[in-house]
Amino acid sequence: MMRAVVAVLLALLAIPVLAQDTMPPAPYAYNQLDDPRLEADATALMHTLRCLKCQSQSIADSDAPMAGDMRHQVRSRILAGESPDEIRRWLIARYGDYVSYEPEVSSTTWPLFVAPLLLLLVVAAVLLRRLGKRRSDAGDAA
Amino acid sequence: MRSRLFLWVPLALFAFFAGLAGYMLTQEKSQFVESTMIGQPLPEFALDPAFADLPGATKADLTGGKPRLLNIWASWCLPCISEAPQLEALKAQGVEIVGIAIRDRPEDVANFLARYGNPYTRIGSDPISEVQLAVGSSGVPETFVIDAAGMIRYQHIGDIRPEHVPMLMAELEKAR
Repeated sequence: MMRAVVAVLLALLAIPVLAQDTMPPAPYAYNQLDDPRLEADATALMHTLRCLKCQSQSIADSDAPMAGDMRHQVRSRILAGESPDEIRRWLIARYGDYVSYEPEVSSTTWPLFVAPLLLLLVVAAVLLRRLGKRRSDAGDAA
Repeated sequence: MRSRLFLWVPLALFAFFAGLAGYMLTQEKSQFVESTMIGQPLPEFALDPAFADLPGATKADLTGGKPRLLNIWASWCLPCISEAPQLEALKAQGVEIVGIAIRDRPEDVANFLARYGNPYTRIGSDPISEVQLAVGSSGVPETFVIDAAGMIRYQHIGDIRPEHVPMLMAELEKAR
């Protein structure tokens, strides 16, 4: 009995081992670009890219080492003259729409964008019919 | 009568979505982010040796002659320890395995290989996850089948368990 209690207490004390490296972050993971205009481009882009490790954060918001490495890619590519859109395309070619933290219209996501428009059209059609009917009813009564 | 039935449509739609949501809650969610580089050529890269005893790795080392495995791992990665025997088993069956060590130090790589065995012919060091991002890998360990022409043919995400060894052998055969 005592043994079981001790085992449970020890289990409670266990600290999960962090599976993370101890390497310093990539040069541009936490350092901004010197040119404020380029840095603004990079920051805007980083807010539209999903951290692959944390899934519900953009790479701009995440402290995961891999997000740091992705920020380094973004900043060094911007510095090398690539456009934000090219960098987005480069990542989407590797990880699919998943890596985009901003909704993309693609062959699988287009219904999300089209469905609300269709619903609005249906609602408008129903309303027009109803109102039109009521007006003509009123016209008949008069 | 027809318009009466029409009134039930919104409720039916709601029930359908509620049912769908309930069903999806019971389904296991895939935590994996799959690479969309399967069927694409391996990007060009040239990595320095991860430690002194083995050469580094370039794309050329993974092309020509036969299919190979590209194993993305790290000495700080715990599942990489559990997949070490399976990599040994693959090596014993004549598979050439090229490693890429993510965010790693030479001394840690050497320690890891001394403790858990060395199935690699070469290991490139990727201190800023550059090649990892270029092949669409989102974690360690991951294993890619690269054919003789340098095409990425298959991606295995997570540690290689004993039951995955025959499957990887079959994928290597398919890539011939």
